[in-house]
Amino acid sequence: MIDRRFFLKSSGLALVGGTLLPNVFVRMANAATTKGNKTLVAIFQRGAVDGLNMIVPYGEQAYYAARPTIAVPRPGAEGGAIDLDGFFGLHPSLASLSPYFKDHSLAMIHAVGSPDTTRSHFDAQDFMESGTPGVKSTEDGFLARAVGTKKESAVSPLRAVALSPAMPRILSGGAGAVAMTNISQFGIRGGANVSGGFESMYAEAVAGTLGGTAKESFEAARILKSADRQKLQPENGAVYPNGPLGNSLRQIAQLIKSNVGLEVAFADVSGWDTHAGEGGAQGQLANNLRNFSDAIAAFARDLGSRMGDVVLVTMSEFGRTVHENGNRGTDHGHANVMLLLGGGVKGGKVHGKWPGLGSQQLYENRDLAITTDFRDIFAELLTKQLAVPSLKSVFPNYEPKLRGVMLSS
Amino acid sequence: MKLATKLLAGLVAFAMLAGATSDNKLNDRQRALHVLNRLAFGPRPGDVDAVMKDGVGTWIEQQLHPEAIPDRTVEARIASLPTMTMSNAQIVKTYYEPVLMARKNANAEAKDGEVDKKEARREYMRDVPFDKRPQNVMNDLLTERIVRAAESDRQLNEVMVDFWMNHFNVFAGKGIDRFLLTSYERDVIRPHIWGRFEDLLMATAKSPAMLFYLDNARSVAAPENRPMLAQRFGRRAMEMNPQLKNRQGGLNENYAREIMELHTLGVDGGYTQKDVTELARVLTGWTITNERDGGQGAAFIFRPMLHDSGSKTVLGIRFPAGGGIAEGERMIHVLAHHPSTAQHIALQLCQRLVADDPPPALVDRVAAKFLATDGDLRETLRTVISSPEFWDPKSYRAKVKSPFEYAISAVRAVNAQVTDATPIARALQQIGEPLYGAQPPTGYSDKADVWINTGALMNRLNFALSLASNKLPGVHGDVVALIPAKEAADASHSVEALAQALTGGNLTQETRATIKSRIVERKAPTEDPWDNTQLPTVAGLILGSPEFQRQ
Repeated sequence: MIDRRFFLKSSGLALVGGTLLPNVFVRMANAATTKGNKTLVAIFQRGAVDGLNMIVPYGEQAYYAARPTIAVPRPGAEGGAIDLDGFFGLHPSLASLSPYFKDHSLAMIHAVGSPDTTRSHFDAQDFMESGTPGVKSTEDGFLARAVGTKKESAVSPLRAVALSPAMPRILSGGAGAVAMTNISQFGIRGGANVSGGFESMYAEAVAGTLGGTAKESFEAARILKSADRQKLQPENGAVYPNGPLGNSLRQIAQLIKSNVGLEVAFADVSGWDTHAGEGGAQGQLANNLRNFSDAIAAFARDLGSRMGDVVLVTMSEFGRTVHENGNRGTDHGHANVMLLLGGGVKGGKVHGKWPGLGSQQLYENRDLAITTDFRDIFAELLTKQLAVPSLKSVFPNYEPKLRGVMLSS
Repeated sequence: MKLATKLLAGLVAFAMLAGATSDNKLNDRQRALHVLNRLAFGPRPGDVDAVMKDGVGTWIEQQLHPEAIPDRTVEARIASLPTMTMSNAQIVKTYYEPVLMARKNANAEAKDGEVDKKEARREYMRDVPFDKRPQNVMNDLLTERIVRAAESDRQLNEVMVDFWMNHFNVFAGKGIDRFLLTSYERDVIRPHIWGRFEDLLMATAKSPAMLFYLDNARSVAAPENRPMLAQRFGRRAMEMNPQLKNRQGGLNENYAREIMELHTLGVDGGYTQKDVTELARVLTGWTITNERDGGQGAAFIFRPMLHDSGSKTVLGIRFPAGGGIAEGERMIHVLAHHPSTAQHIALQLCQRLVADDPPPALVDRVAAKFLATDGDLRETLRTVISSPEFWDPKSYRAKVKSPFEYAISAVRAVNAQVTDATPIARALQQIGEPLYGAQPPTGYSDKADVWINTGALMNRLNFALSLASNKLPGVHGDVVALIPAKEAADASHSVEALAQALTGGNLTQETRATIKSRIVERKAPTEDPWDNTQLPTVAGLILGSPEFQRQ
């Protein structure tokens, strides 16, 4: 069981006095000697996770009325939600994240999303990753633009990494992000002549164009090769669950611990499109959430005090219908929930204005309405976590409203 | 500049460098290479000369009629794979029932709480003979697809199978779909890709694989619109018994949305959320058989009792109350002939075969042909291939190969024989395009910027090296045999000859020089002098070169 005591112990920090500071990772970071390189880790739950069963509005009777077979019971009942604030509760499968909420390092934003009305997975993901809802012509991803605004003399080829076989939309563009699935095998399997052959081939054949892409690859490969192998083992007894997300987060933790200059990491995890047989406290979604939660909890545990320099954020293209459908599942909806974990997060709180689930309060009579634009959350993260100087090009034609999800420090 | 833009700029610059001739027309050799790259999975040794000899036009006409190409060797090879001739029902019975039995036995055993259910299930599965284990089905299917792409003489047919399987994507990882994809590809996609679009669309709409993948098999009318069911059980019994009510299910919008967004109209094709819900009602009752009537997932069945009997309006078309399967068939007919559909299909075909961002005028002409010919897919395709845009030097080598195209073209270039497709299937996973492995209904992209990134590039290079040096078990090629012995004896000549053999002469001077300096002209006295054991490395470098990434 991971609890607050573990962190205090592992960070060598004695519990002095009774003053509870707002976020355990901040305290740990203050005590530990980290290099202070900040990292933002973004997790995309592709397929539209059912946020209403993730962070359950158990205080709403309408929630139970709309979901006769798939609602998560109230706290205290068998398989009930884990109470957060007297109104919202965690899905029981997210139990491994519960200690972080208590430690004020985990926050949620509910009724958040992209204002575009589309219920197409493809379009909604595209809009969320381009950072320009409704505008299809945007060429690059908003995280790539954000990293690109930071003009620094010596940038690491590993400043932006996607744990993915294909470059996700959100990081495509001028940031020179690297996409890979296995950091320890990244590189050419061949002698120095072969590797060097490829390197100069790509440098020469299309001078300055594809050459740039390849150059980044080879540099990244060199850095990864020289990284400390010791750090490649999970620390603090962290055990990542099997599956793509655990695998990705384990490697992101390795990159952070190797001090390779990582600023933005991205991973996605699919399997949330629960049109049928979604389940409530148990079942399909519950199983996916458990894996999701355990992977994130393992990541935080693995990083220990370094988590003070890290913020992990989760997102999904849209939410799902308030009412369950005929197959004990849910169809495509509108607003959803995001999680924030790490140092600097104003945790222990479910942020966002709750619009309610009454029939008059629903979007298009069926979905949770959006009260917070997802760009507002990212605007705050990019400004405070990554020190992005200007958001004008990151979210063109949008004036983000800071919602106070990060500590003001 | 953004990465993809940089790459694309490089592609254009490169295409001009290597492709366009001064009089702005492709020469005969380039034309042959162009069709072998776009309408086939790349040339095998000798293919370019063969196409030039018969004429490009003749070759295209042959390829447009695959049924007239014998292809006996490959057909015999495929027929030897046990599941290839089995029906859905047979596959489910042979390969899925042992899984169900193991599950059932394990559950029974675990009831008393002393036995771990998962462990018990594994134990039972270990007792299933190898040739009856479920993974045989997917292994056969992967072998079939890869062997056909690499070795079939009906190359354009395989290119179009790839295109349509992707257009009507079904993900093998969803439930029983791994048992249904064999029939889906063989009986639903392959027989219809040279006919009318409506027939292809209808076949997918009535396929167990699609009905299961996009949940329509589970979509049934709301209780108040199911008079037949109410009659049978009694309306009051249904009201009183929530279990009965719920077991009978309700509306599921998944397929109704995707058939419009992805299969026909396109996301901006002019439909609303209301149309989605109404079409879902129209398609209620379109489901699959179960154990009682032919085996789970064995076949399509329309169940009138589950069909929404109320009146509906989709895309302005009104269906009065009391309709049945004909409503859905009518809507599929309407969707298949909709101008938005023509535009959507035309764009995708041009994207696949001509350019990532094809000229709008071309797309319009192809769409017009689609509409004028009642969605005749052969004629629509012919319009793309015979267009000036297809033959424009700007199109020549202007597309980056998808992972599947890249891997198969490399296998063909070294003339490798595929006795075991597993290593290629695994490589496709690493390069980012696992076959039957696209989870979202969108399938894979046909545009380069999705495929080109640093990590995937590394995996492509490693695949090239492994293939050329025969390190993929079950994929045997002999690069030494690709060039005359007298050329292989000399370092510089070897590079030139291999470059010619593998890329048809499209390797730039710079790349050839790089390979020579890196591999061949090693000056250090400790290095071995040139011998032809270095040929595989040279071939690996050529297959990994920027030039070979393009088509």
